[in-house]
Amino acid sequence: MAVAETIAAPVEGMRSDLMRQRIRSAWIFLAPMLAVLALVAGWPLVRSIYFSFTDASLANIEAAQWVGFDNYLSMTTLKSGKVLYDGLLVDPIWWRAVWNTVKFTIVSVTLETIFGTIVALVLNAEFKGRGIVRAAILIPWAIPTVVSAKMWSWMLNDQFGIINDILMNLGIISQKIAWTANPDTAMFAVLLVDIWKTTPFMALLILAGLQMVPGDIYEAAKIDGVHPVKVFFKVTLPLIRPALMVAVIFRMLDALRIFDLIYVLTPNNSQTKTMSVYARENLFDFDKFAYGSAAATFLFLILAVITVVYIVVGRVNFDGGR
Amino acid sequence: MLWTLAKRTAFYALVILIVFISVFPFYYAILTSFKSGTDLFRIDYWPKSFALDNYIAVLTTGSFVRNLGNSLLVSTVVVAISLLLAITASFALARVRFRGRSLLLFTILSVSMFPQIAVLAGLFEIVRFFGIFNTPFALIFAYMIFTLPFTVWVLTTFMRDLPIEIEEAAIVDGASPWVIITKVFMPLMWPALVTTGLLAFIAAWNEFLFALTFTSSNATRTVPVAIALLSGSSQYEIPWGNIMAASVIVTVPLVVLVLIFQRKIISGLTAGGVKG
Repeated sequence: MAVAETIAAPVEGMRSDLMRQRIRSAWIFLAPMLAVLALVAGWPLVRSIYFSFTDASLANIEAAQWVGFDNYLSMTTLKSGKVLYDGLLVDPIWWRAVWNTVKFTIVSVTLETIFGTIVALVLNAEFKGRGIVRAAILIPWAIPTVVSAKMWSWMLNDQFGIINDILMNLGIISQKIAWTANPDTAMFAVLLVDIWKTTPFMALLILAGLQMVPGDIYEAAKIDGVHPVKVFFKVTLPLIRPALMVAVIFRMLDALRIFDLIYVLTPNNSQTKTMSVYARENLFDFDKFAYGSAAATFLFLILAVITVVYIVVGRVNFDGGR
Repeated sequence: MLWTLAKRTAFYALVILIVFISVFPFYYAILTSFKSGTDLFRIDYWPKSFALDNYIAVLTTGSFVRNLGNSLLVSTVVVAISLLLAITASFALARVRFRGRSLLLFTILSVSMFPQIAVLAGLFEIVRFFGIFNTPFALIFAYMIFTLPFTVWVLTTFMRDLPIEIEEAAIVDGASPWVIITKVFMPLMWPALVTTGLLAFIAAWNEFLFALTFTSSNATRTVPVAIALLSGSSQYEIPWGNIMAASVIVTVPLVVLVLIFQRKIISGLTAGGVKG
């Protein structure tokens, strides 16, 4: 017994030496990456939040003075005793942008999930020409957002657009519609283009989940004579739920920060202006740098809260079951 | 029998619908790009004219060629730096157990989903401080915020799946972690590096918000900004033909690359879960 201990001890020591060496080199390997991330993400985030509590202007960022919560909410008492409120929290245009973003996110992510599931189910079936379908759906995904916005705004053009032409020929509409300019249809146009562009991404993520479902489950269900629709809701859906949850959160975070599509497709339209567009407009176009920072900070907060709630409530597992 | 036939027909109708909706806008952009003059304002469903006027206009007037060069430069450099930093970092995250690893991985994933607008003001300050406003360096710097976490994340998931035995054999032979990365893992990593690099390249090539904010002249803009701001002689006259030609020029290489690397891209996308 004593002998065994003396042999074991040096081996143990060697092992932990090796471990220590490995951990040390791990941190050395991580250091450059962490330094870059701190400089490009951490520090700018801290500064942006700081600017939201100052009176910084675009021309004079350095001379920013601390003003507390004034950009969010400030109170002025007039001589008559009347109290005036000012700031982001009482800005109707901001709340309009918040509402537009939320509306856009809910509708687009819901429809993309439904269409994505349909496309994924199609791609999961064995049929001739499956490769062509998979290649075809990658095209909308590969096209830059700005380019797809331009392509669609040409197709949706009121005078020379092919969409109006098709709908007129089919007798669905009786007069040409200015899809992207008309306040009633602008949001619809944005949703249309976004769903067209991002459904493939959803479909591929859901397809990856579907392919993990063992085939003999379907065999068993078929032998038992269970209706395919019932099989989908009772068997497939619960099994792909983890993959679906991750796909939905990624899309949701992406939709909440949407900027480029709206900026290019429906510029200066109050019906589609989102939080990101509003924040950038104030930062760089209206020379309200501090106010824009406040809007950006608020957007960051909303996203952080939604993410945490979603992860906790939905028990999302990012490790893919590992 | 009849029921099976009906089901098959319905299924193929759905397949055709999916393919048609996916491809049609791109097809229509190509069709439009080959029209010139008043042909542009006649709605055609099939190609009837083949005029190269728009392509010649886009490539010879204005700064579009310059913009293409900018996009190519920025995207290539960003991908090279990201991969370089990510290889060693992902080895540490995938193969070494240390305290705080899960937290670190979660932080990296959060950064990749960052709303870019939330760091825009702070980044603008840094860009001005370093005097790189309106240069490609500003974009190379800023793009790290999304390419770096993405490459680290995807390479980590890939490296985690490599068999432990080859590494153990190398450790027994007395190889240091650096030797293990360069001599043992790198040869196995090429497919993953190509996929990750390609996806990061597409993301950088398509980026709009930073490019719009950190460049201010025609000569320094990247392609997406150039296309978004392409305007005619008056503000009421949008040069649709030129816009479509420019769109086709920037999209065709991407579509070709994506179709060649289809399988790899799909596996990379599902591992990263990040939209390009």
